[in-house]
Amino acid sequence: MKQNLKNARRSPWSAIAVILAGLILTGSGFAAATASTSAASESPYTAGQVEQGHKLFLSNCASCHGKNAEGTANGPSLYGVGAASVLFQVETGRMPGAISGPQLEVKPVQFKQPEIDAMAAWVASLAPGPAAPTAAYLAQKGDASRGGQIFRINCAMCHNAVGAGGALTGGKYAPALTNTSAAHIYEAMITGPQNMPVFSNSDLTLADKTDIITYLQAVQTNPSIGGFDLGNLGPVVEGLFMWIFMLGGLVLITMWLGAKSN
Amino acid sequence: MTTASENSKKGGFLAGTANYLDERVGVAGILKTFGRKVFPDHWSFMLGEVALYSFLVLLLSGTFLTFFFQPAMTPVIYDGIYGPLKGAHMSVAYASTIDISFEVRGGLLMRQVHHWSALLFVAAAGLHMLRVFFTGAFRKPREINWIVGFALFVLGMAGGFTGYSLPDDLLSGNGLRIIDGMIKGVPVIGTWISSLLFGGEFPGDGIVARLYSLHIMLIPALILVFIAIHLFMVVIHKHTHYSGAGKRDDNVVGYPLAPVYVAKAGGFFFIVFGVIMLVAATFTINPVWNYGGYDPSPVSAGTQPDWYIGFLDGALRLTPSHLEVMLGNYTLSLNVLIPMIVGVLFLVVVALYPFLEAWVTGDKREHHVLDRPRNAPTRTAIGAAGVVFYAVLWAGAATDLIATNFKMSLNQVLLSLQIALIVLPIAAYIVTKRLALSLQRKDREIVLHGRESGRIVRLPHGEYVEVHEEIDEYTRYKLVDFVNYQPILARPNARGKITIRGRIRASMSSWFFEDRVTPVTPAELKAAHSDTKELH
Repeated sequence: MKQNLKNARRSPWSAIAVILAGLILTGSGFAAATASTSAASESPYTAGQVEQGHKLFLSNCASCHGKNAEGTANGPSLYGVGAASVLFQVETGRMPGAISGPQLEVKPVQFKQPEIDAMAAWVASLAPGPAAPTAAYLAQKGDASRGGQIFRINCAMCHNAVGAGGALTGGKYAPALTNTSAAHIYEAMITGPQNMPVFSNSDLTLADKTDIITYLQAVQTNPSIGGFDLGNLGPVVEGLFMWIFMLGGLVLITMWLGAKSN
Repeated sequence: MTTASENSKKGGFLAGTANYLDERVGVAGILKTFGRKVFPDHWSFMLGEVALYSFLVLLLSGTFLTFFFQPAMTPVIYDGIYGPLKGAHMSVAYASTIDISFEVRGGLLMRQVHHWSALLFVAAAGLHMLRVFFTGAFRKPREINWIVGFALFVLGMAGGFTGYSLPDDLLSGNGLRIIDGMIKGVPVIGTWISSLLFGGEFPGDGIVARLYSLHIMLIPALILVFIAIHLFMVVIHKHTHYSGAGKRDDNVVGYPLAPVYVAKAGGFFFIVFGVIMLVAATFTINPVWNYGGYDPSPVSAGTQPDWYIGFLDGALRLTPSHLEVMLGNYTLSLNVLIPMIVGVLFLVVVALYPFLEAWVTGDKREHHVLDRPRNAPTRTAIGAAGVVFYAVLWAGAATDLIATNFKMSLNQVLLSLQIALIVLPIAAYIVTKRLALSLQRKDREIVLHGRESGRIVRLPHGEYVEVHEEIDEYTRYKLVDFVNYQPILARPNARGKITIRGRIRASMSSWFFEDRVTPVTPAELKAAHSDTKELH
């Protein structure tokens, strides 16, 4: 028996068995580790929603994203984009896109909310990805002042310090954030739609994101304190307004004063 | 004066005071000279007044702001009433600007009054300069006053920029950073100057206090001195007037200062003040609380200077950005130097234009009757080209806003403006010159053959003609009263030589006056009338 064991250890098969065992161990260990991160967000969607979403996808989205959402030359693969991407793109009317251009435009929403949720459910079922935000992130209970600082450092170079938007290269642009809901701000940060980079939780922590959302919502709801804000576009608009209305008006007054004497 | 004491008894308090002053400082003499000074009446003569009055508003509102503004860059933690900044780190300068806006009674209104009137001051001065340019009011004897006015315009820009930078918010800090970059782009001395100005590496901790000294002392004092010189010279030269019957180079036709213009100008001051207050009370300007305190790390999209610095920012944006040359270990930043040189050169040409034109035309006479722009086609065309050049540079400062608001590509907007900067001034020159010459020909036509009356008459043999009505003498005066300049020929000097200078001048002169329409002479007028007795 002892001899047998010794022989078995020396057998060429034993090396293969050890490697096999090692592989199984690390493989299942890795699977378990990764599963634990994605399994943390249990799917909030029902099988019926997934089914409906699939049908809506085939009739509305498949022409660009491919029948299995594998992506085509006209649209990217949707594996791993998560429910958050679907909600952001479809709820703001950007998807389905009207025309191909440098950037998808915001337009009237094309689907009812249950349909959007169903499509999100189906896309989320394809592969793990960013999920819809929970209410806690959107409650706007963060620190607006800190959010403003984080916003100016991370976002203002494209979106402008007041969130009035700005130009990017080749017809692309960072949209104004003056009318954006808390959920869409959150979804944009975690999914990086169009030309926006992804701000993962290691770039901006959940607390940072909550602060930014709180700040932007505070800016939106605050009335313009000094009077009409002229679109909040800064000195260019102020200069134009002054030339046209102030100086223009005063020139008309000088003409009136000059004409009186005749 | 012998009956002064009697008068004071008769006239009561007012006459008494007048008499008291007259006996001590000679008020009557001053009033007699100044009060009887005649000014001509035209709306375009009031543009400079708009600038003057907005400067007075600037002084008043600025004094109010100095009571509460603290020009220090000491870091503090904000603890005022504005929620979205609570607990934020900022400089004392920024915090005091926020406090002026939210906690000082009337502070926000005064800030907005100050900022709107600053924009208006420079704009009104610029428009006034354009009026002076296009009517040729800068000609002898007013060349020096043109320079003084130009200095006022530049001082206005300097005052505006230093003020723009004081609140130490993100927008103004970004603007200062651009200035810092431009200074550092100057070869050899640039880095030294930047270091001296900011007291070390940007942003340092002293720049706001330094700009504040310039903004509230040096620049306004200089502006006041130059305004005094400017107005004093208007008194010395007397005002120009537009041509018309009885208006000559040796007289001024108009109304006296007292009482007509004292009342008019006084009223106009309150109108200007009122317009500024109305706008400042209803439209927000530079809402600094939105921008946050300055911190060198964030740069905001859509960062622009106030309009009067826009043409320099535009020059910076329109210059191709890769123009950097390495000379050994040194970088020559042509992408920064070219826009600076273009901007400065443009201003120098504006300042020296009266002297350039006087040299080219060889006109040494005094001029007090203004030109109609059409009667100086080349000058008007040069002016139009300059305005277009400036406007394209100015639009260049807003490339990003043009791109986003009109849904165009930023790159294509930039490229179009780069092309426009070269092509449009040339086109403006040609079109304006042709327009001016055509208008002159039309004037000739009207003088010689009268105005179209719109009355169609059928002649006995069946022909239809329109009746032309002869214009009256006064209108005709305005249409024929201009000088027929001729190109100067290059003539040999005392030694019998034609100098290169003379040749250049001759060619410049023929460029100015080769294409010209001569005014109608009395002989032509007589001839035209004698052979056109019948309808034509």
